[in-house]
Amino acid sequence: MTTQPITDHTDAHPGATGHLPVSDGLVAVVSRECPTCRQVEPVLAELLARGVPLVVCAQEDPAHWSLLAAAHVVDDAELWCSHELGVETVPTLVRLADGQVVARTEGWWRERWEELTGESALGAGLPPQRPGCGSRTTDPALADELAVRFHGHALHSRRVTIGPLEDEVEALYDRGWSDGLPLVPPTPSRVLRMLEGTTRAPDDIVAVVPPLLAECTVEKVAVNAVMAGCRPEYLPVVLAAVEGACSDEFNAHVVLATTNPFGPIVVVNGPIRHAIGMNSGVNALGQGNRANSTIGRALQLVIRNVGGGRPGEVDRATLGNPGKLGVCFAEDEEGSPWEPLSVFRGVPRGTDAVTLFAGEGPRNVMDQLSRDADSLARSFAACLRTVQHPKHVQTYDAMLVVSPEHAARFRDAGWSRTRLLDELHRLTVMPGEELVRGAGGIEQGLPAEEAVGTIPKFRPDGLHVVQAGGGAGLFSAIIGGFRASEAVTREIRP
Amino acid sequence: MTTIVTDRAATPAAPTVPGRTMLDPTSEVDASPRSLTPRPTSLDGATVALLDINKARGDVFLDRVEQLLVERGVRVLRFVKPTLAKPAPVDLRQEIATQCHLVIEALAD
Repeated sequence: MTTQPITDHTDAHPGATGHLPVSDGLVAVVSRECPTCRQVEPVLAELLARGVPLVVCAQEDPAHWSLLAAAHVVDDAELWCSHELGVETVPTLVRLADGQVVARTEGWWRERWEELTGESALGAGLPPQRPGCGSRTTDPALADELAVRFHGHALHSRRVTIGPLEDEVEALYDRGWSDGLPLVPPTPSRVLRMLEGTTRAPDDIVAVVPPLLAECTVEKVAVNAVMAGCRPEYLPVVLAAVEGACSDEFNAHVVLATTNPFGPIVVVNGPIRHAIGMNSGVNALGQGNRANSTIGRALQLVIRNVGGGRPGEVDRATLGNPGKLGVCFAEDEEGSPWEPLSVFRGVPRGTDAVTLFAGEGPRNVMDQLSRDADSLARSFAACLRTVQHPKHVQTYDAMLVVSPEHAARFRDAGWSRTRLLDELHRLTVMPGEELVRGAGGIEQGLPAEEAVGTIPKFRPDGLHVVQAGGGAGLFSAIIGGFRASEAVTREIRP
Repeated sequence: MTTIVTDRAATPAAPTVPGRTMLDPTSEVDASPRSLTPRPTSLDGATVALLDINKARGDVFLDRVEQLLVERGVRVLRFVKPTLAKPAPVDLRQEIATQCHLVIEALAD
């Protein structure tokens, strides 16, 4: 951002610092639009006539102030001075000492003006007190422009100017930044607003993103979160998801590079689910909720744009899956018979967290007749045995998303999450004779020397259970996963 | 008679639509392009690395390649990636680069 300091006047007022016209003495900030400011113009003129060291900052054309000698009026149309003095009301009168505000009054208040200036008998024709008006620095119509002017220097990303004849949405496609859907143009003002969603500094490094192994700053995450359609309050969730995805355990490189169809599945726990309006209920894995739809998308855009992971390049998925646009949902903690997934995985209760799982598309599991936990667990196990291939064992993981009506069976039976996981592991142990190459007339399978005895379908930490979904419907879902990537949980920090 | 005077210089310019500014969402780095080492014209005196990336049956393929190379008097060194799921560690890559002239990698199962 190119700053436009009020430097024209510094020669006339030696000792000025930053954007302030002086570093010592009185400064009055006024606006021609404000009746009170116009009323105090004679007071300002009187102060100057008495030789009081005073500079008037005019928020519009300084020539409008005909009673004041031009040498004492500075042009603050760019509002730098007003911003630096923290002016919210005009008129504001401040006393500066060594560039610091040591006294301030707003509006017209004779008593305070006299105290602040050390002068008496000011504004004889004025009432004792009149409120001021809102400063132009608080004008909502200028908010974006001023945010960029005053805070744009914090942004270090390269500025890309879209030509006057370019459609801005098409321009983002043309530059290769899109996942195939339209993007919200990441203007500096939008990115600054996004950054307000976190306390972290824009240049803080969040992660090293594969495949380029590029350092990714909070600012770059914010740029991609804007493009994905996130609101600022989602940003901490996106930051945690990026951290998790780029961890060695999650191994985003292999999730991207594999010919398998996996992408990151982000499960959110903690109070932030409600604070940002996430969906853990009806259609939790589907469309229609902004936070659910854009947080996962933002993560995938970071991997695409910061990490350079694009389909057909390092992303070698044979088929992929629609969820590679981004999947994020919240756990239904309130309706769950179990502790939150994050708590189960070691995060303190009440702490916001994301859990990432490399998964394919969800597949429905229908069981409308089981009325006890044991029968339903057997149903789940029967379906889980087919993940990737009924004869594949120990190679793929799974996340089971249990709906409320199904979860009720486990609540009734007093089954903990650990009990359910143990039962599912037990019920998915497969006899080697069913897995061996050629068994069932299917060549796919284990070599004979490995297909001995019984073999668990899943590795010990390869199964995950989470609760979500609408209150009606005896359906749950299986999301197949990938042994080359470990599920990771990361706390969400503000 | 009507005279039409055309004076382009006096015609006011169309107002310029200001460009709109976006922030670059990429890491703003380009992988520096590096050319491949030229293919050797002969294997005489060469040491060949056979890299098994740890995918199923990669060893079957490399065993046969090794057999064919050794029959031709070529020196062969075998290497295995710790996991197929991650890029080869730097140490392994350096070991191959310092000990061998070329590498054959078994990429898929």
